[in-house]
Amino acid sequence: MDFILEPWPWYVGGPLITLIMFFLYYFGKKFGISSNLESICAMGGAGKLHEFFAFDWKKNSWNLMFIVGTVIGGFIAFKFMTPDQAIALNPQTVSDLADIGFQNAGAQYLPEELFGLEALLSIKGGVILVIAGILVGFGARYAGGCTSGHAITGLSNLELPSLIAVIGFFIGGLIMTWLILPLLF
Amino acid sequence: MKNIRFIILGILFGIILSKAEVISWYRIYEMFKFQSFHMYGIIGSAVILGVILFSFFKKGVIKNYLGKKIMIEPKKKGFYRTIIGGTIFGLGWGLIGACPGPMFILLGRGVLSILIVIFGGLLGVLFYHAIKHKLPH
Repeated sequence: MDFILEPWPWYVGGPLITLIMFFLYYFGKKFGISSNLESICAMGGAGKLHEFFAFDWKKNSWNLMFIVGTVIGGFIAFKFMTPDQAIALNPQTVSDLADIGFQNAGAQYLPEELFGLEALLSIKGGVILVIAGILVGFGARYAGGCTSGHAITGLSNLELPSLIAVIGFFIGGLIMTWLILPLLF
Repeated sequence: MKNIRFIILGILFGIILSKAEVISWYRIYEMFKFQSFHMYGIIGSAVILGVILFSFFKKGVIKNYLGKKIMIEPKKKGFYRTIIGGTIFGLGWGLIGACPGPMFILLGRGVLSILIVIFGGLLGVLFYHAIKHKLPH
């Protein structure tokens, strides 16, 4: 049982992700999360704003149920399966983060500097959260998929568009991590 | 309620990504700093097994629950859409350390701030469809 409560290593996490993908295909569906954002817009009545969103979102209800499940799963893992919330980071990462203004990196699951209540209630913090969301949503739909659809499914299917998209994910991520984050904090 | 199977798969997915720390901002930062093998191991092993799994789908060795051949829908082609869209996505991923799946999982942890990120994500999707006819694909 102790194993369940400890952080799971990569060789457990990665194969289990593939197992979930297997079951989604086995049940006649696919593995792609970011299209849910479109379904939620459609559900919220965005069809009145733009014809694209006038589709019948109910045909994607299986995928919406999947993300409802992920919320429950996040709750279960947090409440009952993770007695120690610390992340065992590379000491170099901890010191690099201290240099750009992130204190005690890894002591908690998430950095207070981005997700804490103080950040949420500040203008800078709120703007960062909303802009990050816009970039992820816009980019995922422009590219035609996110980590699940491109990096896992698309690469598994040996798709060139997915390889290009993943290269893009890294270009953006590296620019943000190495050049922009140090300026923001 | 035949969708209940997808709720269960979602619950498992949420637990897996939580326990493997994929939804921790720190792990994504560490990945982009090339300071840990963890995320590369997760994505790499998932993809290697995925390639094997999909080859079984294509050969018809593994069929779906109705006994039919499993087809994988090809991705939309286009260099500009994938490289520019991917880069924009990467900027957001590097900033907030969460892609769309983890956003919802973090919500389950009670991380209030993530509601703002999800709201931003919906805005981004609306914005993309509003201006997509002007963008190179």
